[in-house]
Amino acid sequence: MLYANDLACVKGDRPLFRGLSLRVAPGDLLRVAGPNGYGKTSLLRILCGLAMPESGEIRWNDVPVNRDRESYHRSLLYLGHAPALNDLLSPLENLRFACASGGDKVDEDACIDALVRIGLAQQLDLPARVLSQGQRRRVGLARLFLEADRKLWILDEPFTALDVAAVADLTATLSEHCAAGGMVVLTTHQDAPFAKAPTVLDLAEVAC
Amino acid sequence: MSRALGPFAAVLGRDLLLAWRGRADVLVTLAFFVVVVCLFPFGVGAEPNQLRAIAPGVLWVAALLSTLLSLHRLFAQDHADGTLEQLLLTPEPTVLWVVAKICAHWIATGLPLLIVAPGLALLFDVEQGALGVLVLSLALGTPILALLGAVGAALTLGLRGGGMLLALLVLPLFVPVLIFGAGAVDAYLSGSGAQAHLLLLGGGLLGSLALAPLACAAALRIAVE
Repeated sequence: MLYANDLACVKGDRPLFRGLSLRVAPGDLLRVAGPNGYGKTSLLRILCGLAMPESGEIRWNDVPVNRDRESYHRSLLYLGHAPALNDLLSPLENLRFACASGGDKVDEDACIDALVRIGLAQQLDLPARVLSQGQRRRVGLARLFLEADRKLWILDEPFTALDVAAVADLTATLSEHCAAGGMVVLTTHQDAPFAKAPTVLDLAEVAC
Repeated sequence: MSRALGPFAAVLGRDLLLAWRGRADVLVTLAFFVVVVCLFPFGVGAEPNQLRAIAPGVLWVAALLSTLLSLHRLFAQDHADGTLEQLLLTPEPTVLWVVAKICAHWIATGLPLLIVAPGLALLFDVEQGALGVLVLSLALGTPILALLGAVGAALTLGLRGGGMLLALLVLPLFVPVLIFGAGAVDAYLSGSGAQAHLLLLGGGLLGSLALAPLACAAALRIAVE
């Protein structure tokens, strides 16, 4: 279970939010909402440990994450704004590296299946620099099919640049993950067709 | 332990593959080394005794400058495309993959220098016995340059004008390596033996291998925040 208590975030001199608490239990899908510039991405980066909150604490299974970073990051999958693709490598090489560097055993066939499923069957061996924005996005999202073992998914704008069919497939995957006891925290400006309406955390309510 | 080796091998293998795919960059660094070394005889004149005397220093300064030239590439691409964030979120210790990246960087940029250095030394009429000492001093010294330089590269990551700042930051740190590296060859030629210099370089290598990755990891955490 992910639990954050009394978080505050300051960007430069400007406070973004204060007194933010949240709780994500197994099966929960939390959507972080709010206008641009209200700190959605900052909140996600704080939650996954890339940035430090001004104050407050984050607990994973009742242990503060800065005390046991390793087990927290073993359960966490974060997909940020940047797709973490190297232009000189093919989608397959990028995906295999993403899994292997995270310490996960990866099977080449499983990687190929994931890329085919997300609609990149024709682009497996092309260098990533020739892919379109939507296709680049999909390479990162293909990890979701491989890493269901990681309980907590934190996704920053996962639907950006995707077409309607891909959005539907992705929401189905997220719902499936939650149904299997996983947890998802995401930001999006789009209305995605979730089977069960997600819990919404509106940052405008805690803005300073 | 074997679990920790997976990510280390993954990062090392990927960076070597990237160096191979972008081998033009590696060749430019090597060509820079060769050209800088070859410029000196034109500048100081082709008097053999003088060339022999300046050879170790010239080769070492050129190696140092070409190392500096390639340092900014160490983390810049990964920082720009988000790979660095993903690496920082891996459960394994940050130090582990930082060492893997520095290793790959040295293999791609330092090792070629070792290979061409004896040939260039012959242009300066350095005697045969000293060539071995030169290569050994470079083999011990250039990894120190890569390790210290990596800390500078991590500290200046994402800054405007980071390249110049990087040079200002790491060149003073390179001075001891230069003194003992070039000094090893001079000591051999003067007959007093290069052992002391090489041992000091070896000690420096072990020290920087122990400390630089820690500093580098801390600097990278700050750079992504």
